[in-house]
Amino acid sequence: MSDATLNTREATPEAGFGDYVALLKPRVMSLVVFTALVGLLAAPGYVHPFIAFCAILFIAVGAGASGALNMWWDADIDKLMRRTAKRPVPAGKVMADEALAIGLTLSAMSVVFLWLATNWLAAALLAFTIFFYAVIYTMWLKRWTPQNIVIGGAAGAFPPMIGWAAVTGDVTLESALMFALIFMWTPPHFWALALFINSDYENASVPMLTVTHGKRVTRRHILAYTLLLAPLAVGTAFTAIGGWIYLTVAVVLNAAFLWGAVRIWLRDEATAEADNYKTEKQVFKLSLLYLFAHFGAILAEAALAPWGMGGW
Amino acid sequence: MSFREPHELHTRRKGRNIGVGLTLTVFIFIVFGLTVVKVTRGDFEPPRGTQTEGS
Repeated sequence: MSDATLNTREATPEAGFGDYVALLKPRVMSLVVFTALVGLLAAPGYVHPFIAFCAILFIAVGAGASGALNMWWDADIDKLMRRTAKRPVPAGKVMADEALAIGLTLSAMSVVFLWLATNWLAAALLAFTIFFYAVIYTMWLKRWTPQNIVIGGAAGAFPPMIGWAAVTGDVTLESALMFALIFMWTPPHFWALALFINSDYENASVPMLTVTHGKRVTRRHILAYTLLLAPLAVGTAFTAIGGWIYLTVAVVLNAAFLWGAVRIWLRDEATAEADNYKTEKQVFKLSLLYLFAHFGAILAEAALAPWGMGGW
Repeated sequence: MSFREPHELHTRRKGRNIGVGLTLTVFIFIVFGLTVVKVTRGDFEPPRGTQTEGS
């Protein structure tokens, strides 16, 4: 090998295995795995442990595939934002065509194998979720409307419904409520984040609410969605997946989340900038705990039910 | 005969090959495991017809 060929190879770096894993957005995948697992375990009925494992794995792979498709399409704007510039495609570690090929292949495989492992409804919901995230959200809504987060949030809300359908072969009130919980949680969660990383979205011309309508309107929207979320989250306690544990968690965390949203609403930009968006960052962190604890409580209710402790 | 010192590129390529190899191995075990579970549960048995007397 001459020096010239060696230098050429160095100019176009080959991806390592970790770069392909990063393409599947493992952090997003972990949330998908957790909520899908809760949906699966909270569902009435028995599923063989190995089939349950496979179902969660294929849902996770499907989520990863949609992440790869998202990175393929969004490479141009990802490289303009600090938060996303190091992703494998904008960083030049993985070629865009490779990301597309991996995304399409894993999408097809995850849907077909989920169908073979469980049932057609779970597979159809997974296929719709991938389509919704990759096409409806990534290709259409994200660059078109400031409501991108609201409607696009549906893609992240499907996993517990898929997990539930994998066991029951059905969509019920309980699985719809788990969907609604994530759906209504997504806007205040992302808008709290957008309040303190606004400049990134501006650089990439993504019509985030903070960019198109300003932070005052965004603060009002966070409060409005949190007000809508609270009765939904607490009301879920009185269904088959709820119980005393869930009710306690829901009341405490919704009170805290509402108080946080009110504080965000009351603040003006000068105050927020003065303390480096302290409240907004606190509410964003609280929102992560909020979702984890709600689904953790649903899981606890299901896990304790055989001992007569979970549920009502 | 002399061996060149492995380039960083070769290390990365080796890691990728091992990763892909392990992924494919896990995939094979998953398909095998699914098949075993499905067959032992009787998922692939043909539906039993109603038996009539004398048949």
